[in-house]
Amino acid sequence: MRAVITVIGKDTIGILHKVSGICANHNANVIEVTQSVMQDMFAMIMMVDLSGMSADFSSLSDEMTALGNAEGLTIHCMHEDIFNSMHKI
Amino acid sequence: MLNTFDILETIRMIQEECLDIRTITMGISLLDCIDPDIDKACQKVYDKITSRAENLVRTGEQIEKEYGIPIVNKRISVTPIAMLAAACPDENPVKFAHTLQRAADTCGVNFLGGYSALVHKGFSAGDLALIRSIPQALSETTNVCSSVNIGSTRSGINMDAAALMGEIVLESAKATSDRQCIGPAKLVVFCNAVEDNPFMAGAFHGVGEPDCEIHVGVSGPGVVRAAIEKYPDASIDELSDFIKKTAFKITRMGQLVGSRASKMLDVPFGIVDLSLAPTPAVGDSVAYILEGMGLEQCGTHGTTAALALLNDAVKKGGVMASSNVGGLSGAFIPVSEDAGMIAAAQDGTLCLEKLEAMTAVCSVGLDMIVVPGDISAATISAIIADEAAIGMVNNKTTAVRLIPAIGKKEGDMLEFGGLLGSGPVMPINRKSPAKFISRGGRIPAPMHSIKN
Repeated sequence: MRAVITVIGKDTIGILHKVSGICANHNANVIEVTQSVMQDMFAMIMMVDLSGMSADFSSLSDEMTALGNAEGLTIHCMHEDIFNSMHKI
Repeated sequence: MLNTFDILETIRMIQEECLDIRTITMGISLLDCIDPDIDKACQKVYDKITSRAENLVRTGEQIEKEYGIPIVNKRISVTPIAMLAAACPDENPVKFAHTLQRAADTCGVNFLGGYSALVHKGFSAGDLALIRSIPQALSETTNVCSSVNIGSTRSGINMDAAALMGEIVLESAKATSDRQCIGPAKLVVFCNAVEDNPFMAGAFHGVGEPDCEIHVGVSGPGVVRAAIEKYPDASIDELSDFIKKTAFKITRMGQLVGSRASKMLDVPFGIVDLSLAPTPAVGDSVAYILEGMGLEQCGTHGTTAALALLNDAVKKGGVMASSNVGGLSGAFIPVSEDAGMIAAAQDGTLCLEKLEAMTAVCSVGLDMIVVPGDISAATISAIIADEAAIGMVNNKTTAVRLIPAIGKKEGDMLEFGGLLGSGPVMPINRKSPAKFISRGGRIPAPMHSIKN
């Protein structure tokens, strides 16, 4: 399965590093990243492949939420199916 | 490939516009639990519910995490208990209510519906005993919901039942007068009740349903309102199209969650109920949608037309998004659960008569309306009969969930808390319908019921 990770918040040093670090720890492969910084706001969308993941999805999602709380960012980690079903017929 | 706009739109809907899955409801048949020994029957009921729904809450939470979408309620509906009570005529059916409460506690669900009776053509064994026990059952339990179907398009309206239910609603309020009269907030009187409704308080598992199944109720008034507000100068046809597109997206999400839950629990997927169900949360209001269409306040002239448009567009948008649509499917207008309706009722813009008209064009009926505590049982019965007549003649489900505020008068408030919200006591017509209600009997089914 693939998941979409979105990160929105104030730009600080090392956001991408921290998020991709958690992915690497879970053996989740980053397939695609788009990011933009507008003024000092940071927005990143990352598509990750979870087929080789070492732990379950909820531990990845919990760690992302914890990182978001610690850094003052909003991080969502969601199964790609929700976007596919809502936006594609 | 997914595009950034779509991803951010979904996240915005969830984060800012209160989009959620309102409920995953597991329907469980209790027909195989019928036993003339009530204690044995209760044990079978408890065992069946707790084994079938053992993983319901956990599965719901897992799906929430996986898709990042809140699933607000996990609930259970069961076979109308009157059918089980029929086998033990000398016992008080309240024992079943206590059993249902225990089962709800064990499973961790927040409501369990089905303390119900279907009496649209008359009372059969168990029905009267169950109905008479409703006030006690609702006051001695917290999560058990009750409903009674008193009419249908095919059979007419059972006016004896309407008369009785007026007394039961009033008694339920009196029995819980120390707890904001919460009893009747868990009691729905239906006409044309549906068998696969996932929404409380009116959910029960009909006899035509399979042994166990999963239904999903979606929500999203906030999303529809945001969509409308983006186009302040759109024509009505365009508005309808925007609502349809939004309803499609919301319903697709319900379909996804339902099929996932059904797979994880290994239970057949029943239906998606395409309802716009408001909550007291700011922005999650059906009244605000109507106001967003251009009404100064919900309840003014034009409200019925705006609601008809909304209800129709929600259905048309949703129906293609799901393999099986069912339940009540439409817009809900529970006064105490909708910030905009509460405000309109407090200002006197929204009155009982307007709400009654609105129920003719949307799903369900007079819902979560607080009335003065000195209301007579006959007046409640007459309100029930009026609403049932609208349902019967228009081939639609209608319901009444009135809360007599014991010891309170017009303008006072009842505070239920949580999803049930709070409601101002609304004025009622004080002329007596007692003679009409006391006649008893049955209002014959309308001409168009004869359609075979």
